[in-house]
Amino acid sequence: MKGDMTELRHTYLRHDKKFPHVWCPGCGNGIVLGSLIRAVAGLGLQKDDIVLASGIGCSGRLPAYVDFNTLHTTHGRALTFATGIKLAKPELTVLTVMGDGDAIAIGGNHFIHAARRNLDLTAIIINNNIYGMTGGQYSPTTPYGSNATTSSYGHIEQAFSIAELAVTAGASFVARGTVYHVNLLDRLIEKGVRKRGFSVIEILSNCHIQYGRRNRMGDPVTMLKYFKDHAVTVEKAQDMTAAELEDRFTIGVLTDVDKPDYIKEYQKIRDRACKSKRC
Amino acid sequence: MANEPVSSKRLLQGNEAIVEGALAAGCRFFAGYPITPASEISELMSIRLPQLNGTFIQMEDEIASLGAVVGASLAGTKSMTATSGPGFSLMQENLGFACITEVPCVIVNVMRGGPSTGLPTSPSQGDVMQARWGTHGDHPIIVLAVSTVADCFDITIHAFNLSEKYRVPVILLSDEMVAHTRESFKHPSTEVIEVVDRITPTMPPEWYIPYEDNSRGVPPMAPMGTGYRHHVTGLIHDPKGFPTQRPRDIEDFIKRQYRKITNGFYEIQMTKSFLIDDAELAVIAYGSVARSAKRAVLQARQLGIKAGLLQLVTLFPFPKNRVDRLLRQCRGVLIPEMNFGQISREIKRVNLSDCQVKKYNRLDGQMITPAEIYKELTRM
Repeated sequence: MKGDMTELRHTYLRHDKKFPHVWCPGCGNGIVLGSLIRAVAGLGLQKDDIVLASGIGCSGRLPAYVDFNTLHTTHGRALTFATGIKLAKPELTVLTVMGDGDAIAIGGNHFIHAARRNLDLTAIIINNNIYGMTGGQYSPTTPYGSNATTSSYGHIEQAFSIAELAVTAGASFVARGTVYHVNLLDRLIEKGVRKRGFSVIEILSNCHIQYGRRNRMGDPVTMLKYFKDHAVTVEKAQDMTAAELEDRFTIGVLTDVDKPDYIKEYQKIRDRACKSKRC
Repeated sequence: MANEPVSSKRLLQGNEAIVEGALAAGCRFFAGYPITPASEISELMSIRLPQLNGTFIQMEDEIASLGAVVGASLAGTKSMTATSGPGFSLMQENLGFACITEVPCVIVNVMRGGPSTGLPTSPSQGDVMQARWGTHGDHPIIVLAVSTVADCFDITIHAFNLSEKYRVPVILLSDEMVAHTRESFKHPSTEVIEVVDRITPTMPPEWYIPYEDNSRGVPPMAPMGTGYRHHVTGLIHDPKGFPTQRPRDIEDFIKRQYRKITNGFYEIQMTKSFLIDDAELAVIAYGSVARSAKRAVLQARQLGIKAGLLQLVTLFPFPKNRVDRLLRQCRGVLIPEMNFGQISREIKRVNLSDCQVKKYNRLDGQMITPAEIYKELTRM
């Protein structure tokens, strides 16, 4: 169900939270917000049953606009709060939205352990290669050689690949999308939320203000075009050589495996504990 | 244990009594990270909670532990974590979050010598001021201290009750000596235990204003997933829960935080008195030191010195009324502490009489003995 966007806005966005939002004109975060509510509508979830938690940064402001149970936590810690909520009330659908610095730098430890633990959470990570809100400092996904306000002489560190990190850390479902490929993004978020286990959707997004401008990548439309021109679907990439894939990135579902779900496993612990104590 | 006769007598250590107290208070979620001398709390929780349909989880660090505890509490479950100094330092960030979002939870800090890795694992009382002021920004907080195994049970229940009633995180300070001392403990029957639960909204969801002021200054708290959808943020927020920059809203918010604790001050202020009525000299102590002090006071009495003991259970908000009364009554008070004088500073701050305030400190990881306190008393 795609539905009429106006209707979806009226259903899922807050009436008492005044727009305009805090994001810069042309920001990809709005596209992610749109995809998120289309995905939720597609899944037919009740607003009362959804929790959306975020950390700090531009992405951190996203939950305030949606009419779910929303939580704006400390920097990098969204997944820890989400873990507590899900364990206390497993019947809730618990989503998190984070940025690249939020999820992978300050929250990196929580991220890999959440993936390893395989609690049924969905992590939506908006990767714009920079710390936007604080003024354009380099993040763990800033490419080698880029300019940032803390790497004026060129960035000398290697970038993390978030989706690949999630696969290695043991996430059940990992996908990568972009804010250009919106139809795909709707489907990826929907699949991620539906997946029973820890799922990660990395979304490449444009920060033309803090990243693009300093690296001569042009206006928002030009940056979106970059995503269009450099993205290769996972399926197509299988038939391409390493040389052909250089300077390109894959989009689509990278991993979808079934692993023991934490909630089910913990129920076994309760059963064992009760048997040993006859409670 | 769930089916055991509740009044049975058992030999328990302080850490174990904290677990039993928490469970009696209704705690059903615990997240923690291993650290000596607090680990027994995690270990026992991992056994006891699943028996009671609760949840235990060992997180990747103490930051995550408190994050999960606050999350579980937001979902409506009474939650707790336990740690020691180094872990308590890591928790300060999410402790501030619990303060600003008014989420009830209990944080146990079994103190050991610091700073940093410090003295694993000798007793200390060095974290008193960190418990008060550890997280940044102006915030009221409740800090309680335990000195016996029986205390560990009772005061943990008080900690949960105050936390639920005032919607604040409560810090329970124990120390290595209380934690690992084994004493005979009689579990009271569950009927006599007073358990307080947070107030939840009764109005229809569309009328609910999550941070609306009322006479108590404590808004009802709606668990997530019950239809009262609202926004929870670590930014200073208006009554609706949304971030605000309006000076009026900001001031109203911070002042309400203080007002709710001030309103409840007489209930929150807990002390224990021993031979105080006719005392001319008094010891003011808390934690394991209070036990040594009690013995020293008895010894002094035998020698004809009119000594007494005021044991502080509540450290913050500082029980200034009780302390003030004692300062006016006595010619001198002695404050023995296993730190450089963190509470004695508070006592000097509130001392408006000509009572002599004398501190006695040990910083070497050793307990303060009754003989030392007695000796100090005889010199006053």
